[in-house]
Amino acid sequence: MMSLLVRDLRLAFRAGGGFGLGLAFFLLVAVLVPLGVGPEGSTLAKIAPGILWVGALLACLLSLDRIFALDFEDGSLDLLATSPIPMEGVVAVKALAHWLVTGLALTLVSPVLGVLMNLPPAGFFWLVASLLAGTPALSVIGAFGAALTVGVKRGGLLLSLLVLPLYVPTLIFGAEVVKRGAQGAEVGTPLLLLAGITAGSVALLPFAAAAAIRVNLR
Amino acid sequence: MSIWEYANPKKFMQTSAWALPWVAGLAAVSLGVGLVWGFFLTPDDYKQGSTVKIIFLHVPSAMMAINAWVMMLVASLIWLIRRHHVSALAAKAAAPVGLTFTAIALVTGAFWGQPMWGTWWAWDPRLTAFLILALFYLGYIALWEAVENPDTAADLTAVLCMVGSVFAVLSRYAVKFWNQGLHQDSTIMKVGEKDPIAPAYYLPLIVCIAGFVLLFVALVLARTRTEIRARRLQALLARERLA
Amino acid sequence: MELVVTDLAVERGGLTVLERLSFRLAAGEALILRGPNGVGKTTLLRTLAGLQPAVQGTISLPAESLTYGAHADGLKAVLTVRENLEFWAAIHGGGDVARAMADMNLTDLADRRAANLSAGQKRRLGLARLLVTGRPIWVLDEPTVSLDQASVALFGAVVRAHLTGGGMALLATHIDLGLPEARVLDLGPFRATSPQISSGRGFDEAFA
Repeated sequence: MMSLLVRDLRLAFRAGGGFGLGLAFFLLVAVLVPLGVGPEGSTLAKIAPGILWVGALLACLLSLDRIFALDFEDGSLDLLATSPIPMEGVVAVKALAHWLVTGLALTLVSPVLGVLMNLPPAGFFWLVASLLAGTPALSVIGAFGAALTVGVKRGGLLLSLLVLPLYVPTLIFGAEVVKRGAQGAEVGTPLLLLAGITAGSVALLPFAAAAAIRVNLR
Repeated sequence: MSIWEYANPKKFMQTSAWALPWVAGLAAVSLGVGLVWGFFLTPDDYKQGSTVKIIFLHVPSAMMAINAWVMMLVASLIWLIRRHHVSALAAKAAAPVGLTFTAIALVTGAFWGQPMWGTWWAWDPRLTAFLILALFYLGYIALWEAVENPDTAADLTAVLCMVGSVFAVLSRYAVKFWNQGLHQDSTIMKVGEKDPIAPAYYLPLIVCIAGFVLLFVALVLARTRTEIRARRLQALLARERLA
Repeated sequence: MELVVTDLAVERGGLTVLERLSFRLAAGEALILRGPNGVGKTTLLRTLAGLQPAVQGTISLPAESLTYGAHADGLKAVLTVRENLEFWAAIHGGGDVARAMADMNLTDLADRRAANLSAGQKRRLGLARLLVTGRPIWVLDEPTVSLDQASVALFGAVVRAHLTGGGMALLATHIDLGLPEARVLDLGPFRATSPQISSGRGFDEAFA
C-alpha cells in the first residue's frame, strides 16, 4: 500500500502529473474575485471565508478525474484489482495521495490567499484548521465520484455534477468555521460537525467507491 | 405467493397493465376534485388572500419530491440485494418524476413567496434544501444516461442513491444550521396545535395529496413499463446482431 | 496447484458468448486458446482473472495465485523501466526486479522512462511485470503483440522457464511461441449456440 502511495505521489510531482494545477487555480480565484467585486477591504473581508472555501473546493474538483481515469486507461486498475491489495485499500490510498497533493497543499497556501482576500486576523487560524479538517472529506467524496464515472468517456462534467451536491455539507460547515472564527465567535459546533463528516466519509466511502470500481471493471 | 413475485417482469407487466388505468383514473378524479374544491370552493385567507390557494399544488408536490427519492432508495436497495431488474428500472423511472415534482414545488414556492415575502427566491433552508435535492436528481439521471451497460448503470446509480441519501439528509441539517430561514415549519401534521392549517383547507389538501400520490404511482408504473419494453427491445436488437 | 474450470459460461455486454467450457490446468502446463476474433477469448480471460463474474459454472484456483496481462500493460510513462517494475514488485510483496529485467533483455534500458520506449520494448516491460509478481498462474491476452521475432523467442523461453518452475500459463495467441508441449484449446465449439440474454432473464417471457 505504501508503494502505491509513493508511486502516486511520484506521478503527481513528475512532469505532466498535474501537481500545482489546483494550487494555481486556487490562487487565480483569490486574484479574480477582488477584481470582480472591487477592492474595498470590508467587502472582501466579509466574503473571504466563503470565497476561500469555494475556491479550495473547486481546486480540489479540478484534479478528481485523474484519481482513477489514468490508471483505468493504461490498464493499471485491472492489474491492481488482481493484486493482493483490496480495492478498498487502493481507493483509500489514492484518495490520500490526492489529499496530500491538493488538500494539504491548499491548506498550507491558504493563509497567503487569506491576506489577498483581506481576511480578518482572527480568521487565519480557523481557515487553516477548517481546511485541515474538511479537505480530506473533499478528497474521499471526490474519489467516490471518480469511481462512479471511471468507465464514462469524457466524464469530467458528469463527475462535477455528481460530486458538487455531495460537497454541500462540507462547504457549509467549513465556511461557517472561518466566518465565525473571523468574527471571534464560538466555532466548536461547526468544526466538530465538519470533522464528523470527514471521519464518516473516510470510514465508509472507500467501500462504496471500491464497489463502484469493481462494477466498472467488469 | 410472495411479494417478490411482482418483481418478475412478466407478472409485473400483467399486474400493471390491469392496475394502471385504475390508478390513473383515481389520480385524475382526486386531483380534479381536490384542485377544484381547493381553488374555487374555499374561502380566501384573511391575511394571504387567494394566494394561499397555491398550497394545493405546493405542499403535495413538495411531499412527493421527497417521497420519490425515498422510493428510489428502497428500489435501489432491492436491486442491490435481490437483483430484481424491475426494481432497478422502477428507480430509474421515478427519478424524472421526482425531479418534476421538485421543480413544481420550487416554482409554486416562488409564486407564493413573491407576494408574501416580497421576493421570488430567498436562501431559506427549506428552499435551499429543495434546490440541492434537484441537483441530486439531476446527477442521478445523468449517471443513468451516461453509462451504456444497463446493469452497470443500475449498480452505479443504486450506490449513488444510497450515498446521496445520506448526504441529502446531512445537507438538510447543514442548511438549517447555516440559516434559520423565512419559511414556516411544515403545518400539515400539526392539527390541534396552535396556528394550524385552517380546517376549510385541510380536507381539500388531503384530497390533493392523495391525488399526487396516485399520480406518482401511475407515472412510475407507466414509465417502468416503458423501460421494460426498452430493455426487451435492446435484447432483441443484440440478439439480431449475434444471430 | 491446479486451475479447474467447470461448465463455465461467460458474458460480454449482457450476452453470453461462451458456454459449457470445462478444462483443467496443472502445475507446469500451458494452454493456448484459439478462436476467431470476437469468440470471447478476452472475456474468458477477464472472467478467469476475477475481473467480471461468470454467468454460470465454477472456476477453482488457489487464492491470489493469478496474474493477468492484457493489451494495456499498466505502465506509467513518466516512471523509468526500473521504477515501473519496482512498483509492481512491491505491490506483490517483492519480486526480483534485476532478474526480470535480465530475462526480458531490459537491463540496458533500466533507467529510461517508459515514455521513451518503443512499442515492442514497452511490451517486454509489460511481460517482465509477470515475473516480478511471483504468481504461478499467468493469464495472458495476446502477449506477443508488437514483439519482433527475437523477442517472441525470448518470451517463449521465459514462459518455458516459468512452466519448468511449476508455473502455469493460459495464453490467447495466434503466434507460435515455440512451446510444443502446450495444449491448444479451440474455443469455437464452445460458442454460445442460441445467443442468450444473460442479464435480465425474464424480459422475454414478459412478452410471451
